Amino acid sequence: MPVLKEETVAIGSDADVVLVRQLVRRRAQELRFSLVDQTKLVTAASELARNALEHGRGGEMLLQVLQDPPRSGLRLVFADQGPGIANVELAMKDGYTTGGGLGLGLGGAKRLVNEFAVESTPGKGTRITVTKWH
Amino acid sequence: MDRIPILRMGEFLLVTIQVDMHDQLALTLQDDLTAQITRTGARGVLIDISSLDVVDSFIGRMLGSIASMARLMNAETVVVGMQPSVAITLVELGLTLHGIRTALDVEKGMALLRASAAGRRRA
Repeated sequence: MPVLKEETVAIGSDADVVLVRQLVRRRAQELRFSLVDQTKLVTAASELARNALEHGRGGEMLLQVLQDPPRSGLRLVFADQGPGIANVELAMKDGYTTGGGLGLGLGGAKRLVNEFAVESTPGKGTRITVTKWH
Repeated sequence: MDRIPILRMGEFLLVTIQVDMHDQLALTLQDDLTAQITRTGARGVLIDISSLDVVDSFIGRMLGSIASMARLMNAETVVVGMQPSVAITLVELGLTLHGIRTALDVEKGMALLRASAAGRRRA
């Protein structure tokens, strides 16, 4: 699938979470996503960026603009070199948290996008890929 | 450091969130608001989020905490002006902001706070 554009944002502080939200919003607007779809994708990105920061000790987001006529899409890949997720199935459940939050991050983010994939190796890190199509 | 201004209107406090909040700013607001409630004896807090185009679980949790803390200090909290796209997204995220009172705009929110304060005075 052709990738029209690729950008990377480092996630090392809570100010970077704001930068992630702003970049995703801008690209979603450029692709003429509806306001609701923009908001869903930006919210999912915010959850996943904060996950990478809190549980993965920081990481980065790769943003790809995808072209798959007649659709266009945005793919976001959040990667960290943190401790990884021991039990992905459990981590996806609403209310499950190890960080003192609400435990809505992963399961919630999944509901806000069209495609969602988690790869995690304990001790090595986590990679979460989400895609929203328009 | 950045701060979100807190305005006093009679016996109520008014907060308008106009920036894309980073997490530390949200936590500072929590501290500032509870301090102001003590200092002023405010009976209500109105939080206007009409400029926020994203409310994620962190900000949602902060709004819930503020409402709970304020309640313990005898002040009501009303969140006003949520954008429709934000409401749709929050419900799908799984965050229903249970226990937070809301109103469509500042005017309706103030009316709610006034009615609630009057009710508590009578009681």
